[in-house]
Amino acid sequence: MSKPKVFEKPIGVKDYLPGAVAKLRHIERQVLACMQGWGYEQIMTPTMEYYDTVGVASSTSDQKLFKLLNNRGTTLVLRSDMTAPIARVVASLLKQADFPQRLSYHSNVFRAIEEEAGREAEFFQTGVELVGDSSAEADAEVVALAIASLKASGVERFKIAIGHVGFLNGLLEETLPGRIEAQEQLKGCLLGRDYVGYRQKLRELSLEEPVQRELEGILRLRGGQEICDQALQLSADVTARASIRHLCEIWDVLKAYGISEYVLIDLTMIGDFSYYTGMTFEGYAADLGFPVVSGGRYDNLLAQFGRPAPATGFALKTTRILELLGDDTEAAAERTLVIYNAAGRSDALARAQELRSQGVHVVTERVDGTRSTLETAEIGTDIPFTHKGLTYTSLVSFLGNGMKGGGTE
Amino acid sequence: MSGTTKDILKVAMPKGRIYKQASKLFREAGLPIPSDFDDTRKLIIELPEAGMEFIMAKPVDVPTYVEYGVADIGIVGKDVLMEENKDVYELLDLGIAKCRMSVIGLPDWKPTIHPRVATKYPNVASAYFREQGQQVEVIKLNGSIELAPMIGLADRIVDMVETGQTLRENGLVEMESIFGITSRLIANRVSYRMKNEAIQSLCDRLQETLAARV
Repeated sequence: MSKPKVFEKPIGVKDYLPGAVAKLRHIERQVLACMQGWGYEQIMTPTMEYYDTVGVASSTSDQKLFKLLNNRGTTLVLRSDMTAPIARVVASLLKQADFPQRLSYHSNVFRAIEEEAGREAEFFQTGVELVGDSSAEADAEVVALAIASLKASGVERFKIAIGHVGFLNGLLEETLPGRIEAQEQLKGCLLGRDYVGYRQKLRELSLEEPVQRELEGILRLRGGQEICDQALQLSADVTARASIRHLCEIWDVLKAYGISEYVLIDLTMIGDFSYYTGMTFEGYAADLGFPVVSGGRYDNLLAQFGRPAPATGFALKTTRILELLGDDTEAAAERTLVIYNAAGRSDALARAQELRSQGVHVVTERVDGTRSTLETAEIGTDIPFTHKGLTYTSLVSFLGNGMKGGGTE
Repeated sequence: MSGTTKDILKVAMPKGRIYKQASKLFREAGLPIPSDFDDTRKLIIELPEAGMEFIMAKPVDVPTYVEYGVADIGIVGKDVLMEENKDVYELLDLGIAKCRMSVIGLPDWKPTIHPRVATKYPNVASAYFREQGQQVEVIKLNGSIELAPMIGLADRIVDMVETGQTLRENGLVEMESIFGITSRLIANRVSYRMKNEAIQSLCDRLQETLAARV
């Protein structure tokens, strides 16, 4: 690769200009306040972790991890999500704390990208983890909080799809007992969203007619509560039935929250099987091609850090939400310009401090002479006015030998 | 959230060969799509009666439009899906534009020390030869792939074969078939959920039509 030009930066990382940052901070504040309102307390963890601990435990595939060596030659990773670091903290620093623990975060995470430019290598996530509670109530709480967080962030039209990895695991073990390879292939197709390949695999397996129809039928298991009843009829397998009953319970809790209208059950919606152990969900906003939130139950992760415990959580893709809402909040800022000359300096700076303490955004500027260009032609009495590229909503001047102006114009 | 299912369905359609067959299939499924668009140069065709809008795209770009969600669904050959490897739902095999991906060479081909393969599908070709345990240099070309073995740029090519006519005319032979190709109906991850009713009902109608064809 040739030497980059001075203004270039690595592919996949971004600068955020004031307008975008204002919006991002706004979303962050709203969402974290919402999470706090549900009893979740914010924590921070380091940007770098050991590859052998957090890196290996995270759900991010190995080739998507950013790896680096420290000065001792140990492999580190830039965190690819916050779930594994939080699991580490819960199992170590918070070892003595009782379950359940409710933790929230807002943080940048990193993913190595191979292909197109523009795919983000660093982006923001805002999320929660609820550790130490395996109940359907806990899963429903997390889904309900995801919905509340989306609303708090300003997303209006969205849907949440909920699935359960146990249903498919159970159903496949029942219909294809012991045929691990065939099961894996079918799951692989569903995970890759390849329904054509899934149907083709089913035909190749030459199953009995009712079994094949049953397995093809799951591609349509999508909708409201009635899906649970349909699914219960499909399978007699213990795991599958327990999973569906768990989903039914989650649905009942969401109904009690009064938010079941946002939710649909989708039994083809499955997360990474090696990571998720129960309920999984994804949130979709209208007008955005990618999911804005994803989450689920991961009961095996904490054990990898030596404190086995059930856990569930989600992450909002805050950067995507920013894209959805745009960054044009510049107009909202109220700003005062204080101009002064040598004679007016002490008064001007004192007044600026006073205004700042009242929460007004104040910019000070020394102008030469007694009559500034500001006062004469350019500003006049127009409010708001623009000066050197910034918009102001008021002007205070301390010019001349005596004090002139001084009031808010 | 009401109204989301009544939204217009944006369909990325591949211009050219596949489009005619796809629009014929849509008409057979009872969708009001006039045939006078078959040779149009318009890039966006509004079809309010069908509740759709066609985005006329270059075939290789269809999965990209769908992945980013600027099109809700799309029609594209399996060859492009295999090459582009995008994160989209592959909902239905439409059974149209049937052909296959093959390794092609001159009839007197013999293994060489430094084999070269020319193709429009570098990802497909390099994955295939890796799986075969063969080390080959893959050369990306953008058209007239058949030229490569004839003028000595490569000793074999990987390309789509429909009837084999072009191959025969240029004295080439099909050596191995890699996978079969038909056109597929694909959907964006979000649209598939947000506009599920519309997409599912289109899927069902197409599936019935396909079943009746066989």
